[in-house]
Amino acid sequence: MSKFGKKDKGGTPEISTASLPDIVFMLLFFFMVTTVMREVSLKVVVQQPFATEVKKLEKKSLVSYIFIGPPIKGLAATFGTEPRIQLNDAFATVSDLGEFIIAEREARSEKEVPFMTTSLKIDKTVKMGIVTDVKQELRELNALKVNYSTKKGTDITAE
Amino acid sequence: MARSKRTAEPINAGSMADIAFLLLIFFLVTTTMDVDSGLLRKLPPPLDPEAPKPPPIKERNVFTVLVNRNDQLLVEGEIGSLSTLRVKAKEFVTNPYNKANLSAKKDPAMIDMIGTYEVSKGVVSLQNDRGTSYDMYIRVQNELVAAYREIRDDLAMQTFGKKYKLLNKDQAKAVRRAIPMMISEAEPRNINS
Repeated sequence: MSKFGKKDKGGTPEISTASLPDIVFMLLFFFMVTTVMREVSLKVVVQQPFATEVKKLEKKSLVSYIFIGPPIKGLAATFGTEPRIQLNDAFATVSDLGEFIIAEREARSEKEVPFMTTSLKIDKTVKMGIVTDVKQELRELNALKVNYSTKKGTDITAE
Repeated sequence: MARSKRTAEPINAGSMADIAFLLLIFFLVTTTMDVDSGLLRKLPPPLDPEAPKPPPIKERNVFTVLVNRNDQLLVEGEIGSLSTLRVKAKEFVTNPYNKANLSAKKDPAMIDMIGTYEVSKGVVSLQNDRGTSYDMYIRVQNELVAAYREIRDDLAMQTFGKKYKLLNKDQAKAVRRAIPMMISEAEPRNINS
């Protein structure tokens, strides 16, 4: 009781926090590496529909995005509320698609071109007319791999 | 001047954690972890006006799904609903009782790892109006894809005892050969409501 009991007198020893910065830095680096800064600022509202049979898109570098939806609130005054196509950072029309796809192809190496996917991010209120036009244009351009971007799950508002 | 005699004091590193935390929180907030997901489909290649017309597909082998501008369904000439679409599509493709009005089967062919299998000739044809909502279109697509997925799951369960998703590459390929996903989207045109 005498020899070993002495240690307890000082209360519980303080936990060393010296390694705390290391742990935090580790997390920090993880998030720094995984972070993808949003490349485009959305000018259209895209509320994706729900689906259950979704697949994850692999190889993000091979995906080009087309957004279709009504313009966001701030732009509704100038551009109206009709659904519009957004490519990169600007509004576009169906005829601009060719240029866009060709530019996207040139940015990749020739080997990768057959694996390129076009991800269609379309608001669920959009009518199929404009979507069909885009699809027909993509067919003409031979960009046949498309992804209808959806969220996984079932819509709770569905009947 | 007693102080200067000592060697340099160690810098207090206690606040390092705070700085790191600050940065960490910034990146945590800005990180978007959303992986893009969706229904992957392949569009048909553009029509070649000079190419000879493909032979017409027999009526019994086509499962027509029409969606009009009011988001109503017409399945095989009858008014249908989303809830029954999957079951109907499944029954059409597999045709378990060999009914004459459902899809016919090709001659039995040898498929690696599965054995002789009668591949269905059925094609699901989806047609929509320009006024159909995208939401409805995705729901219909989803049901059709789900129907094929369930059929593949059934076959995978029978032959390999596993779901299609869990099969290895060769097994999945064999199942895909036995049950090719035949969803065709007709050339767009207007359907009157």
